[in-house]
Amino acid sequence: MGESKQVLIEKQKKKSKDEKTKAGEVEVFIMGKSYKVPAGLTIMKALEYAGYRFIRGCGCRAGFCGACSTVYRIEDEQKLGFDLACQKVVEDKMYLVQLPFVPASKTEYDIEKILPSDTILLEMYPEIARCVSCNTCTKSCPQDIETMKYIQMAIRGDIARCAELSFDCIQCGLCAMRCPADIKHYHLAQLARRLRGKYIDPKSKNLAKRLKEIDNRKYNDEIEKLIKITKKEIMELYKNRKIEADETESLGGD
Amino acid sequence: MKLIDGYPDYMMESIKLVEKKREHNMKHPIKPMNMKEREDMLGKYHPDYMQGTRRELRVGVDKGQIFYNGIVDLLESRPVLDPKDVDLSKIDYDVDLLIIGGGGAGTVAALFARESGIPIEKILIVTKLRHGDANSMMAQGGIQAADRPNDNPALHYLDIYGGGHFTNKPELARALALDAPLIINWHEQLGVMYDRLDDGEFQELSGGGTCRNRMHSCKDYSGMEIMRNIRDNARNLQIPVLEFCPIAELIMDDKGQVAGAVAFNLETYEYYVIRAKATILATGGSGRLHLSNYPTTNHYGATGDGLVMAYHVGANLLDLDTIQIHPTGDAFPEPIVGILSTEKIRGLGAIPLNADGDPFVFPLEPRDVESASLIRECKEGRGVVTPTGMPGVWLDTPMIEIIHGEGTIATKLSGEVRKFKRFNIDITKHPILVYPTLHYQNGGVEINEKCETRIPGLFAAGEVSGGVHGKNRLMGNSLLDFNVFGRRAGIYAAKYVKKAKIGKLTLSHLNKYNKILDNAGIKPKKTAPIILPEYRGEMAISRSLDIF
Repeated sequence: MGESKQVLIEKQKKKSKDEKTKAGEVEVFIMGKSYKVPAGLTIMKALEYAGYRFIRGCGCRAGFCGACSTVYRIEDEQKLGFDLACQKVVEDKMYLVQLPFVPASKTEYDIEKILPSDTILLEMYPEIARCVSCNTCTKSCPQDIETMKYIQMAIRGDIARCAELSFDCIQCGLCAMRCPADIKHYHLAQLARRLRGKYIDPKSKNLAKRLKEIDNRKYNDEIEKLIKITKKEIMELYKNRKIEADETESLGGD
Repeated sequence: MKLIDGYPDYMMESIKLVEKKREHNMKHPIKPMNMKEREDMLGKYHPDYMQGTRRELRVGVDKGQIFYNGIVDLLESRPVLDPKDVDLSKIDYDVDLLIIGGGGAGTVAALFARESGIPIEKILIVTKLRHGDANSMMAQGGIQAADRPNDNPALHYLDIYGGGHFTNKPELARALALDAPLIINWHEQLGVMYDRLDDGEFQELSGGGTCRNRMHSCKDYSGMEIMRNIRDNARNLQIPVLEFCPIAELIMDDKGQVAGAVAFNLETYEYYVIRAKATILATGGSGRLHLSNYPTTNHYGATGDGLVMAYHVGANLLDLDTIQIHPTGDAFPEPIVGILSTEKIRGLGAIPLNADGDPFVFPLEPRDVESASLIRECKEGRGVVTPTGMPGVWLDTPMIEIIHGEGTIATKLSGEVRKFKRFNIDITKHPILVYPTLHYQNGGVEINEKCETRIPGLFAAGEVSGGVHGKNRLMGNSLLDFNVFGRRAGIYAAKYVKKAKIGKLTLSHLNKYNKILDNAGIKPKKTAPIILPEYRGEMAISRSLDIF
């Protein structure tokens, strides 16, 4: 922070004057304490605005990592809300907390030594049999995944469906913390997806062929040649290489 | 502020122009630029070429090199650790291999170090946040590997090298291309659920700058799917991980080798002395430095710590005069500013439009050129300015449904739909506002094919390393990078460990670095590495007291 405290204070005074006339503030209660923050901030940014510097409960800040899953309640409402602090915008009179850690147990296994049998998920995570179909897991999922449904698939031994339905899981753990049957949904789903990826989905023959070629050093000389030619020569090769794609049909990328 | 369908009145007015001109815009696309036009655009509007974004470094092994200001600021700061505060005679962790960073590169390195013979209890991963909190987890698009019959690793090499403006280290680009199919095979064995065709072949898409379709993906969550598989394997093997313990500085020995590091417990403020025969730096990138004041797609811990601690022991850095800005970061609403909207949106036919609803650039220029064009449009006043002062241009997503049919967005861009729905924005009906965002650290600590740095005992892999991508990385090559070089770092570090002998531990290199700063007449106000960015509100900071 390059600016002096005095400058910051002045800036802040000016800013808060502007804010009173322009965009509104909302009152939030962070761990029960009242703070005024600008409307429109996410829960994460509201806590920071109020002066919190995160160690826990903050990861990718973009909805991918599950570090900031949280619960909240709006004054005079009965229900708890569930969401990601980096995505959910604060509302007036919102009670906010941080959930720093989910202490759910995980079964350890060697993926090479298990098989995708009908009962494997039940064997590894027997507590799924205790599911009472209350659907609390689904209601608490910030990704809107059909959590209870994939647990039902797991009980039935449908590994492929369980894997598919759970695919968008960011492993935040809210489901496991809310479950009255102590099911560790997100750990079980991880196992289901690995079993499907490894044993159920068909494998690429092209890849197997390419691996053999690489083993036989088929491309080493060609690349060596590319490394040895002059910069001008390789620039020509690069400029004149044929581009396969009809880009609008098959463009990927991040 | 009153919002209609997620947008304030005045933005909705601009959207009406976008809608009015949509049909015309779809029929009259802008043509791609020629090489000369591209160069002009970059020279004027890309931060890599602009005045004032970078300057000469005055200290250390790379003295005289030009790096981004924010990087130079860190390298010209005092080391955060005072050697006087640390008792090196008491070793808290004594291991063969220390891995700094629990993201993709670090976790892959741990798995292959174990396969190469290092006992599990002699490996230690230390990480700033949780295991897996990393940019690796956030990568959406996919991973490149030349495995189709009409493709081959030599073509992949050519793409990597040309994409990097011929500045990559050739042996590193070769390793990236040649190891790629092997990595995909390893993922198959782990159980990564790649998108496949009915016959089991991978669904492979094209990406900007690639001459063949070789982008393997796992829906819109490619990085997450790969990372969680790798992490699950590490957890099953019970590889030791110390979370919320960033490394503050590296430790050396009296023979000039790197011999471990000092970790800092973020919650108790204790330090831990870690002695290690080999150390792998896998600390990731530096988006959270907000170089050139850009918002960023990066995770909370991406503050470039690895660059700083490596530089303090004498390792050299490459290509930090360039950054990768991604053209389509979100500009509205405020809570998601800087978050990525995937390139696939343009791939599916959406066109960038200015405030008047007019197109101004071919939608699929290379990333740097596309970004520069968006920056120009905004600088010259034809962008939309949000209520918080953020400029942006429209990306007309509804075009996708017109081209490919209703429902396309829901199936192909489910992550994007989910993100905007939270803010009552329906991207099938209304465009989204975008502006370039800081995405990737192209360069970093120089390594060779064995991931060795120039300092014995110190290896590096992943985004922290330099030379693989030269001055520009192609899409799909960063997920590949952390796998290829994480694996190599694990294997070669394991080999190194077998004959390594550590001498007496020391932090004297930090005293030396302080002297170098003094001799250069630099009077640093700050310390580095910074460990976490500062996002507290100005009011809160201005009133905080350091009395507890």
